[in-house]
Amino acid sequence: MNELLKLSAAEIGSKIAAGSLTSVEITKACFEQIHAVDAQVGAFLCLDEERALAAAAAIDARIAAGEKLGPLAGVPIGVKDIFCYQGLPTTCGSRILEGWMPPYNSTVVDRLLEAGLVIVGKLNMDEFAMGSSTETSGYQLTHNPWNLGYIPGGSSGGCAAALASYQVPLTLGTDTGGSIRQPASVTGVVGVKPTYGSNSRYGVLAMASSLDVPGPFARNARDAALLQEVISGHDPMDSTSLVSELPGLTDAVGKGVDGWKIGVVKEFGGDGYQPGVESAFKEALAKCERAGAEIVEVSCPHFDYALAAYYLIMPSEVSSNLARYDSVRYGIRVGDDGTRSMEEVMNLTRGAGFGEEVKRRIILGTYALSAGYYDAYYGSAQKVRTLIQQDFDAAFEKVDVLVSPTSPTVAWKLGERMDDPLAMYKADLCTIPSNMAGNSAASFPIGLSDGLPVGFQVMAPALADDRLYRVGAVLEEPLLDSLVGTSAWDALYEEAK
Amino acid sequence: MSELVSYDEAVAAFEPVLGLEVHTELNTKTKMFCGCQNSFGGEPNTHTCPVCLGLPGSLPSVNAKAIESAIRIGLALNCSIASWCRFARKNYFYPDMAKDYQISQYDEPLCFDGYLDVEVDGETYRVPIERAHMEEDAGKLTHVGGSGRIQGADYSLVDYNRAGTPLIEIVTKPVRGVGAKAPQVAKAYVAALRDILRSLGVSDVRMEQASLRCDANVSLMPWGSDELGTRTETKNVNSLRTVEAALTYEIRRQGAVLLSGGKVKQETRHWNENGYTLPGRSKEEAEDYRYFPEPDLVPVAPSREWVDQLRASLPEPPAQRRARLQGEWGLTDLEMRDILGADALELIAATVEAGAAPQAARKWWLGELNRLAKEADVELDAVGMSPVQVAELQALVDAGTLTDKLARQVIEGVVAGEGTPAEVVEKRGLKVVGGSALDDAVAAALEANPSAVESIKAGRQQAIGALIGAVMKSMKGQADAGQVRQLIMEKLG
Amino acid sequence: MALSTDEVARLAALARVDLSPEELAKLAPQLDVILDAVARVSEIAGDDIKPSSHAFEITNVFRPDEVRPSISQEAALSGAPAEEDGKFRVPRILEED
Repeated sequence: MNELLKLSAAEIGSKIAAGSLTSVEITKACFEQIHAVDAQVGAFLCLDEERALAAAAAIDARIAAGEKLGPLAGVPIGVKDIFCYQGLPTTCGSRILEGWMPPYNSTVVDRLLEAGLVIVGKLNMDEFAMGSSTETSGYQLTHNPWNLGYIPGGSSGGCAAALASYQVPLTLGTDTGGSIRQPASVTGVVGVKPTYGSNSRYGVLAMASSLDVPGPFARNARDAALLQEVISGHDPMDSTSLVSELPGLTDAVGKGVDGWKIGVVKEFGGDGYQPGVESAFKEALAKCERAGAEIVEVSCPHFDYALAAYYLIMPSEVSSNLARYDSVRYGIRVGDDGTRSMEEVMNLTRGAGFGEEVKRRIILGTYALSAGYYDAYYGSAQKVRTLIQQDFDAAFEKVDVLVSPTSPTVAWKLGERMDDPLAMYKADLCTIPSNMAGNSAASFPIGLSDGLPVGFQVMAPALADDRLYRVGAVLEEPLLDSLVGTSAWDALYEEAK
Repeated sequence: MSELVSYDEAVAAFEPVLGLEVHTELNTKTKMFCGCQNSFGGEPNTHTCPVCLGLPGSLPSVNAKAIESAIRIGLALNCSIASWCRFARKNYFYPDMAKDYQISQYDEPLCFDGYLDVEVDGETYRVPIERAHMEEDAGKLTHVGGSGRIQGADYSLVDYNRAGTPLIEIVTKPVRGVGAKAPQVAKAYVAALRDILRSLGVSDVRMEQASLRCDANVSLMPWGSDELGTRTETKNVNSLRTVEAALTYEIRRQGAVLLSGGKVKQETRHWNENGYTLPGRSKEEAEDYRYFPEPDLVPVAPSREWVDQLRASLPEPPAQRRARLQGEWGLTDLEMRDILGADALELIAATVEAGAAPQAARKWWLGELNRLAKEADVELDAVGMSPVQVAELQALVDAGTLTDKLARQVIEGVVAGEGTPAEVVEKRGLKVVGGSALDDAVAAALEANPSAVESIKAGRQQAIGALIGAVMKSMKGQADAGQVRQLIMEKLG
Repeated sequence: MALSTDEVARLAALARVDLSPEELAKLAPQLDVILDAVARVSEIAGDDIKPSSHAFEITNVFRPDEVRPSISQEAALSGAPAEEDGKFRVPRILEED
């Protein structure tokens, strides 16, 4: 592996600014790595080599001309295939959008480009972000770089796997119920779900509008903070975008947690939690204690109901958000043989274009919203949402942050949970409450269990995202260093079968 | 066509209960949820963007002006304004609906519990209003092949220029106690609503361009009963007269069904230009719209101060305005009733505003223009002559350039699209002629009618009519009869 | 509560998703299990609790009524499965709006 790839995004950025590295060099190194390992990993759905190298050259020229650019100018990045970016297809991992070229950019993509980041390609994901393993992608499987037989998490599995296999130093994902944190957890990288509304959703294909938020993936807390600072900020195109600014995030890295109260969520542990996950979690808590924090147990009684409420609210919004894929304006059209009606063609297109999990959730949501069931299902779930928000409010009166394992288990074998939706859904047990309340949360790598990474979740109040980074920087373990050079690592370079 | 009984027979047996849903397009510069231009027509799919095309990833953002207009409409309709309300998604699949859901309002309308007083034959009827809420319009479908209608078409084409146009839907509560006057009350209500919307300046309210659309519901129940009958909803009621005609028809049709012992079927019907309603193709089952709060938009919570400010800026209420204008114009109740009946109040007011005397304005709108509108089967305001043009015409009459008779020809010309009154006078050469040409014509007439001259000289003044007629004939009408009379008297002096 | 295949078929029709008999047979029991698990939300959803449709209580976010450029007709139609005369072409429509 090219040694340049081991540099952090912050280091790459400062070297480019100082003239000791060019964006073209690092971008080329990334593409070389992608060509070397992605046949095994399957992280990228499409690459944009020519345009990326041209953009990198343009950044280099501006730097050479003496222009002062931002800290991530010239740094290569991969984006989840959920962000509209003109010139590349956006499929959201679904066959129904095969080949769709968006005629506009998402706001966050525009912000990446304005900050001089170099977009190298689009990353695989669960279809319409529905899944915890990236196996529901309509295109390909993505493999966990720690063990190619295992899932990379999901829905942003491509983002996590590309980082863990050193293909790019940064990736951009989205989190609706854990889609950034859980893949970060099972691949040993940092993943942040920022406060809802702090990053614009405009141009980001919607899964569940009241829960979705774009967020950064990186290999360390500082890089994630830098990326988050680039993409955040009010966007008038998104009515749910917050006007309030986030506190300084990169400033928070290194400030430590001395004198803090860290609350362990009592409900997230015990039955269903792998012993290896629990022991790694306890070790990390000890580390926080050594850094001067006090660890207390906090009960959030309604978190037990979060998964149930989520699986009503999310599919309800999904059933409506995905109605537009109707074969009229974009996407594929199936069965239009000149004899069939619009209604039949819509049915056939949606039947063939959507995968099983997407159909399952559309029908679940259609049921939850339908006349006669609304109050019992959707209405009740919204009340649970209020109760979860109240649990958080009460907890944050007592503690600075709440913590838990990111996911009850480490990565599982590909295929293992595909026919057991409930088992799959439980991977998001600990991550869902933060989406329901809109507050910020992140997953940081803390150790291994049976050779697979374990993630530590930190939850902070809305607009107090800086606290995530303070805890994250304390915990930081160079976990990925231990992957490089192992037999698992060598497997990435084998010829694809 | 269905079996009918006479209207009198139907309303003798049953009390009609109305329900009216009026959709009006707002005339904001931009669409409801995006910055695309809000305008009628244009090359297909040129006033569109990711938002109104429902492209993946796009998000709506609310037009502030549309909210303001909606609140002003609500206030003008005596509604309460919600202190907090949300948009809701109405989910249904249809190719003209870009997102396959409509952003609308469900159980939390912005405006609710209002009323509108309307006058029919000198009596005032209060129409209770349930709600006025905001929503977006759909795109436009054209059907290709077959007869160009949806049924039997080979395929259809969609243009999303209209998609996302701001709409206000105004829904009445069941309107009871209007008896046989129901169709007239409905018409008067829609006319009054239109006048309010126009005076607020929030909508162009052109029914022929569908910027005001009405769905008319009616049911019949036996007199004295308290249980509402089964209603039908007639769509495509796109002029004031069809509101009245469609309801009259439905009352007669439902009356026939009920009197023959049948049951009225709850259904949507369509008004046919040939004067009857037909059932729409029924859907397989009742639609389940799965309404839920729009997660992409935040709630609307107008402050008391804002609402009070908008209330203070409202124009004069129509009833008050009518009374004031009647006084200012010096009209009798009967004259005023004729004006309202012909739906000419605002047209006359605008004509007076443009400089014409009230009686003159009234004369043209209720006379020649009303006749031409009826002939052409259009609403008076669509007759083809504007209030400004009528005032211009009257100015020509006042200046002696035109006689009333010539003015009627000018009106014909303007309505036929020949230009402004001045242009028509010019093109058709309709000016009143005076001077030596008239003197010559008078002299010629005296010479040619010696017996009439004798009679006048003998004191039989009525004989002058024949002389005037002869002069007017030779002048092809382009002379002022009063002036001709005067010239003759001078000559015979 | 048991969700029958007929009920799932009705929902699929409402959601405009064509399902094969095999898919229906597989989906119905899965949905049943999921519904059973999520139904517990009603256990704690008391009448006195206010439902939240959004994460935060923000109100009155409006856009000024100012025209922004539209996209071109070509761009609008760029993803269309079928087009004609600057419009999106769709198969014949059975149901009326």
